[in-house]
Amino acid sequence: MGERQASNAVEGVGPPRPVDRTNEYVRIEHVTKRFGDFVAVDNVSLTIFKGEIFCLLGGSGCGKTTLLRMLAGFESPTSGRIFIDGQDMADTLPYERPVNMMFQSYALFPHMTVEGNVAFGLEQEKLPRSEIAERVAAMLDIVKLKDLAKRRPHQLSGGQRQRVALARALVKKPKLLLLDEPLGALDKKLREATQFELINLQEKLGVTFVVVTHDQEEAMTLASRIGVMDRGEIVQVGTPTEIYEYPNSKFVADFIGSVNMFEGRMVEDEPDYVRIETPELPCTIFVNHGISAAPRAAVWAAIRPEKIDIAREEPPGPDNRARGVVRDVAYMGDMSVYLVQLDGGKMVRVTLPNSVRQLSERISWDETVWLSWDASSPVVLTQ
Amino acid sequence: MKSRSLFRRLALFFGFAFLYVPILSMIVYSFNNSRLVTVWDADDSPTLKWYRALLSNDQILGAAWLSIKVAAVTATGAVILGTLAGLVLARFGPFKGRTLLSGMTTAPLVMPEVITGLSLLLLFVFLEQLIGWPQGRGFVTITIAHITFSMAYVTVVVQSRLATFDDSLEEAAMDLGARPAKVFFRITLPLILPAILSGWLLAFTLSWDDLVISQFVAGPGSTTLPMVVFSKVRLGVSPDINALATIMVMIVGFGVLVSALYMRRQERRVALEAQMARADKH
Repeated sequence: MGERQASNAVEGVGPPRPVDRTNEYVRIEHVTKRFGDFVAVDNVSLTIFKGEIFCLLGGSGCGKTTLLRMLAGFESPTSGRIFIDGQDMADTLPYERPVNMMFQSYALFPHMTVEGNVAFGLEQEKLPRSEIAERVAAMLDIVKLKDLAKRRPHQLSGGQRQRVALARALVKKPKLLLLDEPLGALDKKLREATQFELINLQEKLGVTFVVVTHDQEEAMTLASRIGVMDRGEIVQVGTPTEIYEYPNSKFVADFIGSVNMFEGRMVEDEPDYVRIETPELPCTIFVNHGISAAPRAAVWAAIRPEKIDIAREEPPGPDNRARGVVRDVAYMGDMSVYLVQLDGGKMVRVTLPNSVRQLSERISWDETVWLSWDASSPVVLTQ
Repeated sequence: MKSRSLFRRLALFFGFAFLYVPILSMIVYSFNNSRLVTVWDADDSPTLKWYRALLSNDQILGAAWLSIKVAAVTATGAVILGTLAGLVLARFGPFKGRTLLSGMTTAPLVMPEVITGLSLLLLFVFLEQLIGWPQGRGFVTITIAHITFSMAYVTVVVQSRLATFDDSLEEAAMDLGARPAKVFFRITLPLILPAILSGWLLAFTLSWDDLVISQFVAGPGSTTLPMVVFSKVRLGVSPDINALATIMVMIVGFGVLVSALYMRRQERRVALEAQMARADKH
């Protein structure tokens, strides 16, 4: 997925679906949640727009689920405020919110049929029976479960259960749907197919999605914007492209995709270029855009594996190149991953698409190779 | 389990014999024609005459009816209180006094019956002097005493069912617009119903065969069935007691069996669901 996003940026194409930033729907203002001494969510402020798929991405224990549960009303913030559609949610109980949630475990009621599960929410609204039946049937049709309406949850496969959970939440026509690891329990093939189904459904119904996930690929495919969380804080918010191509910290660069990190010092700092000296490379790193950092400050140059070229011939110098020996090759089918040990000892990860079929053409174990990269490729990070 | 050696078979045989030969012999002798319990009258046995005698014995029938009433009310009361205690212990999360409550609710499981009985008797006598209730001792005091100790069993059964229960089911119901009372009656209660039923049966059988505590808190004119059996045996064993005891064993056995089957079915379903959930992940 990372590769696809990368090519977008190089060609100057924006994110797949533009975000309409005029229509604010959820506003989280300085929200903090403490459990005893533990700070689960730390002063988070966030705006989510109508009709977007916003992904909260982070490792386990980063506070993303707590934040989601506060939107649903299962937890109340220790301090700060949450507005949904302009209304302060402080005193609004979970069953009064215009919000529905899809649980990680799906939480299907085991003693009810598929139909019963989907109808449950509408029954609470005290709608006439005929309308409930109509809307349930229509929703089961959308998620392609019409034939299984009379089954019990334990008679369904994982993918079918996931769709029941989705139907149950969507049939209430919520303006905001919260999804907690919606694809976590599915196998890889099914997950990919479901991702696109989810996006189609979201576009069709125009519901705002807030998705919690620890899976960066899932976030990349689903999201119109991603909020990366670490230790209770939002560290970066942006479109998938922005997050991947312009991470604002070592944490984000490392968390999203893989990256080669060179620690060094700025030796030249001009408005239109910088030059970084690092003990890990014999040459300097030349970056063709300016950054704002204190001169001679410690910085990190992050270079994505797919943005490094690997060749047997020496590239033109003097900057942005290094010689090394191939220590490991992982053939992944569509591409190969090379682990190259530089003369200075540092291991560098390079990925290359396998566009040529002949094996003899390919660089192999223990070959001495040259790595090089474009001056636009490194991202300079100061934290 | 594969090697069924002689030793294992013997162990099994003696184990079962130790547990069930006394009961079996009692059942067999309940069909004995002789007036003497220890002499088998081979000519006219088996006979149902002691069962017939029971049916015309008003004292025993009255005691049986009282026992059934006490057991039914006890079981119902214990289920209500035990379910509430189980819910609090399983759902409230950490709160002040949680360990204390948990210990206190399960203490009657290990408390000597003599102490429970005596302390309840003292309480009832004291209350009667203080506020005039309960008046004398009988049905009410026996039932209260039985609820006190059988509630603990229900609490344990309900709590263990709730512990294996996914909390997000209740959250999901609430998220879909159900108010807390609705969540309880539409989601929680149906799902813990098997545990509640088996708790009811357990409490019923506990109350049905309790002797020690009943002795303390029963009054004149309120004699439960175990008390009748006990007092009759003290005057000398008569064969109709065998018949009575056989019927009691049957009732208790039935209660325990049904409750065990319920629990087992429930466990199997939980195991099956867990297995399916695992299968989905791979």
